[in-house]
Amino acid sequence: MPVERILATTEATDLLNLTKDIARNELAPEAARAEETGNFPHEKFELLGEAGLLSLPYPEAHGGANQPYETYLQVLEEISSAWMTVGVGLSVHTMSCYPLVEFGTDAQRERWLGEMLGGHTLGAYALSEPQAGSDAGALRTRAERNGAGYAVTGTKCWITHGGVADFYTLMARTSEDEISCLLVDGNTPGLVAASPEHKMGLTGSPTTELVLDGAPVAAERLIGGEGNGLRIALRALDSGRLGIAACAVGLAQAALDQALEYARQRTQFGRSIIRFQGLEFMIADMEAAVHSARATYLDAARRRDAGLAFGRQASVAKLVATDAAMKVTTDAVQVLGGAGYTTDFPVERYMREAKVLQIFEGTNQIQRMVIGRDLAGA
Amino acid sequence: MNIVVLVKQVPDTWSERKLSDSDHTLDRASADAVLDEINERAVEEALLAKEAHGGEVTALCMGPERATEAIRKALSMGADKAVHLSDEALHGTDAVGTAKALAKVVGTLESVDMIIAGNESTDGRSGAVPAMLAELLGWPQLTYARSLSLDGSTVTIERETDAGVTSVRAELPAVVSVTEKINEPRYPSFKGIMAAKKKPVSTLTLADAGIDAGEVGLSGALTQMVSSAPAPPKEAGQQVTDEGDGGTRIVEFLSGKNLV
Repeated sequence: MPVERILATTEATDLLNLTKDIARNELAPEAARAEETGNFPHEKFELLGEAGLLSLPYPEAHGGANQPYETYLQVLEEISSAWMTVGVGLSVHTMSCYPLVEFGTDAQRERWLGEMLGGHTLGAYALSEPQAGSDAGALRTRAERNGAGYAVTGTKCWITHGGVADFYTLMARTSEDEISCLLVDGNTPGLVAASPEHKMGLTGSPTTELVLDGAPVAAERLIGGEGNGLRIALRALDSGRLGIAACAVGLAQAALDQALEYARQRTQFGRSIIRFQGLEFMIADMEAAVHSARATYLDAARRRDAGLAFGRQASVAKLVATDAAMKVTTDAVQVLGGAGYTTDFPVERYMREAKVLQIFEGTNQIQRMVIGRDLAGA
Repeated sequence: MNIVVLVKQVPDTWSERKLSDSDHTLDRASADAVLDEINERAVEEALLAKEAHGGEVTALCMGPERATEAIRKALSMGADKAVHLSDEALHGTDAVGTAKALAKVVGTLESVDMIIAGNESTDGRSGAVPAMLAELLGWPQLTYARSLSLDGSTVTIERETDAGVTSVRAELPAVVSVTEKINEPRYPSFKGIMAAKKKPVSTLTLADAGIDAGEVGLSGALTQMVSSAPAPPKEAGQQVTDEGDGGTRIVEFLSGKNLV
């Protein structure tokens, strides 16, 4: 069922129409097969890049589209509805560009941003480490200053696009007390992606450890000055969480659509199963969850677009939307019954894909911490 | 090479399509409206011709105000400008009336070398408008093109129908209608979308185009829809249990349908 959206401009309307065309014709038909075989859809990102959809919220001067988050996130939602790996990939890429856009110098933006936003390169975000997950500030990867720049040594983990990314936005310790943000080229010698993790979902996209062994990174690739890395990382995550909220809503909508279609067609005891209140109420609750989650991320996006503080609201959106996605996808499997438990229908995959949304870019426990601390005025 | 592409906004074939109860015309408000897929291919073919031979591509659309979205899509794909014939008196116009109205609008445009259309729309499906338009303009018609090539002032197509494939050639100006095999249309891009906002769209009423109101609309239509009913739901297929005679029964079934 197409989502009826209230869009502020004709270009937003046209962008959403373009996105729906691409999602329907190019993404949805191939998602199940690629997820099953674990083939990363590099060419789909090329396609999105050529259409100008890989750089929506960033300045036109650097090849972006200067679109408000409200529009970008709805594009992201539609893409995620068709293929979660591509939606999450777009969100991660967008977040990986954020530090350079917001904290880079003009010279740095001039040098790298064009190709990052041009659609032919894909980004990854390297913050987590084996001993530094929720406690990101405990990261140990070192960037040691030498003549030409830094030699980076350490292990990053849970890297979406590990091994397929063209650049990594990476946080490393430049001294015992200071964390800094580096824009690292994917072809840097001494940087190796380990073999992909075996995951329960998002199997079309590799998630790897990233091992750095004295990898040379030029000094001009330092973003935002030494010691500002953790602040930059957390700021990027505020916006990244809005992206994940939109991905979650897209996934939940896809699950709801499947459940609704099935419940209308499937008859038992002589009538459509949606006519039984047990299922009717279940589907009504699914719709309420999807609709309220969408409203929540849109509200946070509008705050961001208006220049208001939005970190707490982004955490609320991430928490609400990803919990909604988990519940809605689980219930969609229930609506389809035995059929839902088979790979003949996509809902079991949706359920597997939903779980990670509650975990990455800050677990939902961390989101509660962010919300609580903000309210406490800490 | 100045090319006019006929574009039509139709209900999305993915959404539920209905006829209105009162006059059996298409209920355009009830479904998502999109640029007809076959028109995307017509636009693509016009853009390819323009890219190879220069010139200008004009999208011509007859339809209600809402059709501006379909026009914008043609422009964002790369058409240079658009003409939108929009008048409430057009409601219910049949194929002949549509061809007459379009011929009038084409007459207001300067030096048109070729008109490219889809072979039939996904809503009305009369498949007659391109041929009628050619007849009214006195131009050659090259319909059901699965390929198109231009050489100087000559256009050649491969015409593919159930009867086979034929090569058809004509001097320009001419009307060409294309099938879904002609090409794969490009997607617009963000840049194309932004450029489209600045491209000229002239909106014409019947009077602007010099169209006689008596020849269009429901009252001017030569054909009339007198009743309509939704297609019956699909019936469950017939199941044959093989009890050693499966092969025979399949042949019986096929010969009953005159398929063998």
